[in-house]
Amino acid sequence: MSRKQKKVVEIRTSPHLKKAISVEQIMRNVVYALLPVCGWSVYQFGLSALVLILVTILSCVLTESLFCRLSGRPNSVGDFSVIITGMLLALTLPPGFPLWMAAVAGFMAIGLGKALFGGLGYNVMNPALVGRAFVQAAFPVAITTWTPGFTEGRFLEFIPSSLALPFMSPVDTADWVKSHAVDGFTGATPLALQKFEHVTTSTMDLLTGSVSGSAGEASALLIFVCGLYLAFRKMMDWRIPAAVFLGAALISGPLHLMNPEIYPSPLFVILSGGLMLGAMFMATDMVISPMTPRGVWLYGIVIGVLTVIIRQFGGLTEGVMYAILVANALSPLIASVTQPRIYGATKKGAES
Amino acid sequence: MGLLNLFRRTPTFRHGVHPMEHKEQTAHLAIRRLPFAPTIYVPLAQHIGAPALALVKPGQEVVRGEPIAEAGGFVSVPMHAPVTGIVRSVDHLVPTAAGPKTPAIVIDTYEASTQEVLYGREQDLSTLSREALIEAVKASGMVGLGGAAFPSHVKLLPPEGKVIDTLIINGCECEPYLTCDHRVMLEQTDRLIAGIRTIMRATGAKRAIIGVEDNKLDAVQAIREKLPEDGVISCEAVETKYPQGAEKMLISSLLKREVPSGGLPVDIGVAVYNVGTLAQLGELIPHSQGLIERVVTVSGPGVGKPGNYLVPIGTPLSFLMDQVKSSSDANEVIVGGPMMGMTVASLSVPITKGVSGVVVFEQAAEDQRERPVHPCIKCGACLDACPINLNPSMLGQLASVRHYETMESEYHLNDCFECGCCSYVCPSNIPLTQYFRIAKSVNREARAAAA
Ligand code: SF4
Ligand code: SF4
Repeated sequence: MSRKQKKVVEIRTSPHLKKAISVEQIMRNVVYALLPVCGWSVYQFGLSALVLILVTILSCVLTESLFCRLSGRPNSVGDFSVIITGMLLALTLPPGFPLWMAAVAGFMAIGLGKALFGGLGYNVMNPALVGRAFVQAAFPVAITTWTPGFTEGRFLEFIPSSLALPFMSPVDTADWVKSHAVDGFTGATPLALQKFEHVTTSTMDLLTGSVSGSAGEASALLIFVCGLYLAFRKMMDWRIPAAVFLGAALISGPLHLMNPEIYPSPLFVILSGGLMLGAMFMATDMVISPMTPRGVWLYGIVIGVLTVIIRQFGGLTEGVMYAILVANALSPLIASVTQPRIYGATKKGAES
Repeated sequence: MGLLNLFRRTPTFRHGVHPMEHKEQTAHLAIRRLPFAPTIYVPLAQHIGAPALALVKPGQEVVRGEPIAEAGGFVSVPMHAPVTGIVRSVDHLVPTAAGPKTPAIVIDTYEASTQEVLYGREQDLSTLSREALIEAVKASGMVGLGGAAFPSHVKLLPPEGKVIDTLIINGCECEPYLTCDHRVMLEQTDRLIAGIRTIMRATGAKRAIIGVEDNKLDAVQAIREKLPEDGVISCEAVETKYPQGAEKMLISSLLKREVPSGGLPVDIGVAVYNVGTLAQLGELIPHSQGLIERVVTVSGPGVGKPGNYLVPIGTPLSFLMDQVKSSSDANEVIVGGPMMGMTVASLSVPITKGVSGVVVFEQAAEDQRERPVHPCIKCGACLDACPINLNPSMLGQLASVRHYETMESEYHLNDCFECGCCSYVCPSNIPLTQYFRIAKSVNREARAAAA
């Protein structure tokens, strides 16, 4: 035997092939898909939005590194998932949100929403939403203070509230808004306008984002297109947003038919507020959504229905965040009641 | 029928994966004979069931085709001498692809010995009774050549009260790189049909369906041209998808019947044979000869002369590697296909009856590169891949905390047939299939200890 046996060095087990798609790749593509959304936000709100996004990302990255070091895990910043959390978090905040509060939100998102559970793959709720829920409770005024987009000089100066000092009395932006606002800016989001004043924003404005609102809920169309990209690359489960829209339409449709004065049309419901961003980028967070084929539909529908209920009958105009957090909590239950029948199992179950 | 066909998609099963096929290297190459190795190692346990018992003694001269070991029980088969030469040992330990060493009959080949098989005699199959046919199959030493290496005659005797109505012939060859069955279907069509006839008689099956993946339509056509007029044998194209060639998957693709969990195809009236097995039976039984060689695909980036070779059983891998000019950078030699095959630790491993391919990798190619392992991100890709509809993510998490019993009692671990689809798709690179193998063997041991 002329060959040396030492040449055969690799001992691995089957399968010896791997699909060429990795966690890093999936996460990196989510980042790509979010970039245009962030870009639009910066275009609309200027310097404040840019720095807001950078601050939340930085805060998330630093927090992740800190917790990795504390718990002795290898640093996991390289898997891009924290960057996604940072981007998503910024996109749910008002563009003029004080930066120090944004940093706190980032810390809470990772610390409370993820690291506490053991890092990537182990969290039970969407970290970005955990961060936002925390600041919603801690800073209720700042998080409902909206500023107009497309102001002159938005690339040169900050919205004054951005630079508020920690723990000082909040900066009043009313004067700034008055001096900068385009005609008719009320500071109210389309949802608030609709709910409290029964004024419906035009579909066109919703699609393009010429409305006030948080940094990233602006252009529903852009978010939709970016989500489609992920779905086409098979890096996002299209069934979840489809189910969210279905759930929202199922409940808002009949309501709208009953009383169009009070209840907006399904289209408005879907295009306004954070629903598009939530459905496309947060509900689809793989870690916290069910995996079973029927489970994803149920999960999405729960989010859609809850969103409408909270918006219409709760005290909050912003229902998506809570709807997703609740659905996250329900996810294990949904998964367990929707386990598919295995091949060859008899009708009474595999035992019989 | 014509109109119905328009609306009918290629039959298939649910889930599964689509790895790169890599078949172009060898699919067009006709079967070639490999020379005899100077020394041949015929393991006594190269099939599922009891090992064969040696009939020869060291120093004895054997003729190519002569029986050298007898079946060691009902689920066992005899062995025949692959070469003419002198027996050197009957209990020499050789390594196997699975790892542990096993006793083998070692034969030193006579130089310049002929390839012809002189052993055996003609027999007229039409006069044989069913029992005699089954005996003849057993005497040929035939096992499943698709890789399972299950003694062929055992499937011919269904348990009391079970009837086989349909014979399924597996021509899927869904593993990447492998093309030996493809070549057999093209080059040995007559033998294949003769083999099907024999097995239909032996089982009493009323019909036979040959399932071929639709990336081998030339084989479908070649077979259809030779099909007998009476219409009891048909050939169907099925979707090209891994693991279409798994028994249970092929049955549900072709018949829309499911093998019950924990059961066998015979429970739903089906017997499944690989095309290579039947082509060999079609050739061997009429001459009452034994299985002494088989077609093996040798391929992969590390092979200089890839092809489909007719290899004598017992040829050591090292000899084969030299013959096919395997590259000196070869760092992984897989016996079987890359999805379910095993990496060998030593090139002394001989080719056995169940080896359908040898795939050699050099530096890791794109689709087999090592990557870091991440925690499960619950992406659900493994659920969408598992042909059995298991929840590999959940099973994986239970395995990582060693809850092996729960895996079995609540998540159907034992229905996993280790196809590797879940590991293949997992973006976190979790070795799920490997976990399941370990869990099963731990459970087996625990049960054995308790008994
Ligand atoms: S290895 Fe087992 S669990 Fe994984 S896909 Fe195959 S059958 Fe399913
Ligand atoms: S494919 Fe891997 S990462 Fe995805 S759910 Fe399954 S085990 Fe988890």
